[in-house]
Amino acid sequence: MSEQNNEPNEGLRRQIDENLRRVYQSQVEEELPDRFTDLLAKLKAQDSNCGSSE
Amino acid sequence: MNDASSRATSTDPRDEIVEHLPAMRAFAMSLARNSAQADDLVQDSVVKAWSNFDKFKEGTNLRAWLFTILRNTFYSARRKAGREVADVDGVFADGLATKPDHDGRLALADFQRAFATLPDEQRETLWLVGALGMSYEEAADTCECAVGTVKSRANRARARLAEMLNLDEKEKMELTEQGTMAVLSASATRIG
Repeated sequence: MSEQNNEPNEGLRRQIDENLRRVYQSQVEEELPDRFTDLLAKLKAQDSNCGSSE
Repeated sequence: MNDASSRATSTDPRDEIVEHLPAMRAFAMSLARNSAQADDLVQDSVVKAWSNFDKFKEGTNLRAWLFTILRNTFYSARRKAGREVADVDGVFADGLATKPDHDGRLALADFQRAFATLPDEQRETLWLVGALGMSYEEAADTCECAVGTVKSRANRARARLAEMLNLDEKEKMELTEQGTMAVLSASATRIG
């Protein structure tokens, strides 16, 4: 049925992907640590201070 | 100067980076397997993305572009560190805390531990196509490799996970109703 002999069957694929999505969901629902919003603010401020200089 | 001032007044496309941070953190976690390292990886990638934003083609997929930067950052750091063994959060011990239930749903922790033992390239690929639902083509673009490579990595990763998590046991169990069939056939031979 499968073209490649290492291809897991549809049911297995679904089970694995469903678990992966649950992991993903639990991770993206985590609150974003402040360090990232701080970092972006810092990068933005840096740009406006340096103007067009590298 | 003109560039900088127009960016400041109108919407800065870089402001959209923040929207992709949760997905970047999750992707980084799948690569680094350790939350402290994952967040460092995201931080380095954001700095790179920010300072190279002129290389981003507006109108194209920002998330994919950020992912490419993130994975390149991960692999170049790994090369520098040599084949150093990663400090993985919760190493997979053989033997699961829980058995998969009827839908093959596992305790997330067990699944994550098994996933963490896969080779880097397999984790990365399976994450993109399995967790994010990217097409093989999209994942190939992100990983800058051939579609066939993505496909075979994803298949190997799924097969290995199924093996580690005994997912294929489910079918066998349904067929035999665990030990019931064995008992039945044993008694059948005794009678017969």
